[in-house]
Amino acid sequence: MFDYQFLIEVLVGGLLSGVMYSLVAIGFVVIYKTSGVLNFAQGAMLLFAALTFVSLVERGVAFPLALLATLAIMVALGVGVERAVLRPLVNQPPITLFMATLGLSYVIEGAAQLLWGTQVHGLDIGISDVPLDIAGVFISQFDLFAAAVAGSLVTLFALFFRITRTGLSFRAVADDPFAALAVGLRLQRVWAIVWTVAGIVAFVAGLLWGARLGVQFSLSLVVLKALPVLVLGGFDSIAGAIVGGLLIGAIEKLAEVYVGPLVGGGIEAWAAYVVALAFLLVRPSGLFGQKLVERA
Amino acid sequence: MDTIASTSHRTGPVAESILVGVAAVIAFGVIPLAGSDYLMDAVLTPFLALALAAVGLNVLTGYAGQVSLGSAAFFAVGAYAAYNLHLRVPELPLLLDLVLAGFVAAAIGIVFGLPSLRLRGFYPAVSTLAAQFFVQWALTKFGWFSNDNPSGVIDAPALSFAGYSFTSAAGRYLFSLAVVTVATILTLRLLQSQTGRNFIAVRDHEIAAKVIGVPLLQTKLLAFGVSSFLIGVAGVLWAFAYLRTVEPAGFNLDRSFQILFIIIIGGLASLRGAFLGAAFIVVFPLMLSRLGAALLGGVFDSGVLEMSQRIVIGALIIAFLITEPRGLIALWDRFRAAIGRRTGRPRQDISYN
Repeated sequence: MFDYQFLIEVLVGGLLSGVMYSLVAIGFVVIYKTSGVLNFAQGAMLLFAALTFVSLVERGVAFPLALLATLAIMVALGVGVERAVLRPLVNQPPITLFMATLGLSYVIEGAAQLLWGTQVHGLDIGISDVPLDIAGVFISQFDLFAAAVAGSLVTLFALFFRITRTGLSFRAVADDPFAALAVGLRLQRVWAIVWTVAGIVAFVAGLLWGARLGVQFSLSLVVLKALPVLVLGGFDSIAGAIVGGLLIGAIEKLAEVYVGPLVGGGIEAWAAYVVALAFLLVRPSGLFGQKLVERA
Repeated sequence: MDTIASTSHRTGPVAESILVGVAAVIAFGVIPLAGSDYLMDAVLTPFLALALAAVGLNVLTGYAGQVSLGSAAFFAVGAYAAYNLHLRVPELPLLLDLVLAGFVAAAIGIVFGLPSLRLRGFYPAVSTLAAQFFVQWALTKFGWFSNDNPSGVIDAPALSFAGYSFTSAAGRYLFSLAVVTVATILTLRLLQSQTGRNFIAVRDHEIAAKVIGVPLLQTKLLAFGVSSFLIGVAGVLWAFAYLRTVEPAGFNLDRSFQILFIIIIGGLASLRGAFLGAAFIVVFPLMLSRLGAALLGGVFDSGVLEMSQRIVIGALIIAFLITEPRGLIALWDRFRAAIGRRTGRPRQDISYN
């Protein structure tokens, strides 16, 4: 007899952990949309932010102060990356920029751990992880909280992109960098802001992931979880990142529970990639990605 | 990446062949006799294996323009394939195992290269990442690959060829050197042929390449195949000649990045660059640990070493991409050209196209 309640539990658990993937993926999308860079260092930024915050708190800095300090550092990082890496590499092929962010991720990971040490830090952000019993289905309270954070973050971004002048210039740059330059937008400033925004997203994601897994090196590996999400959702769509994240989260858990036992388990590591790639063969621009017009 | 890197110096043919001859005598004759075991065991043998892997990745990334983040997977496939061939078909000579292992890696490489036929840009890179995770998972999960070792560890058999065995440090170094030399020469020949020019055409402009009649499908898959073949053979050397006991975890994503970094630092689309880059990647941590210990003493423990190594390598990658995308090999060529001018020897300026 098929256990539907269990299925729903797995599904909901998957969807909610998918929200966490979306959170990481959004950081990628923001950067990719405006500067065409697939930022592999997003995971390293996430680790850096979480590690900085935890270490500050552990050293006795007050919670809000540590929050502000970490935010300030992420802003500095965003501006610094634009100056030191993006500006000199302007007009290079995307692959070169991608490889540069690989180097960047090594630098940030190394720096984070050199500064704050390599031990695992616990992070308590005051959300209990007691499962709620909703109509017989157990749902993690923490996951719900994470989902709420991701939801409000996305709403915030949507408003930001829609309403503010900076948001407008983002959309202009994303649409056509040359035209944006021609009407006098300062591309470099836009990039610096975008990387800062991505840094803040990384910080939020880092806090949530850190509270879940402990703050340690493996935190930077969530970047690898986000890649299939991006492939599925399209590199340049925030909505795609959300839906992709949910799908990947659900697929991963379902595959692990229902397909995993057939092949010996542990397939979480690559199941998402296989699904994403298979999907790509049918729809090369992802679910919500812009169609590339290419006559090939 | 719009240049075809020169694969030979513009020195006169006589001087060039003398140089190659001297290098060969030193590599095959002097080092095995005079070099210490440490030099051959811990420096030269891993250098050779990594250099061959970098040559392989360079075929794919430097020449054919497809970024791969899964080199370590093909490295592992080579090692485990050779191990299983040796174990299960003991009649085959080891050298044949080596070649067959290369073909197994090539087959896997072609499978994961398939998405590149329909996808551009970052997507093939994501597909090679899938290879990375899948292979590592399969090797740990299925005991058959490691003859039912619980953690997937394999002990490589002793190297032997035509009745001679190569178990000493010098022997394993010589074996690697011979394999790498032959493989590199064959790769060079391939790259200088029509096929090599097809790779470059696909890299520089896919549509234009198609228009002038380059078969995209075959060319891309061939690039994946040749590249994985070479990386697979390099993996055999890594496992059989260098480490001799390997586990799947040794072929993780960091290893893939290491091989990618070798070709970025050494120089994309340059076989000499692959060797220079590999030399750098092998020697650099040794130098850094000596330097750190000398400057900072006890503070510089292995943790600090690893982190500072990451920072410096990462910074170097960025620095090279910004200031010299053609890598160390371009610096080397400029250096040699400058020496040539100084000594007044007539030589053409190095050109890059």
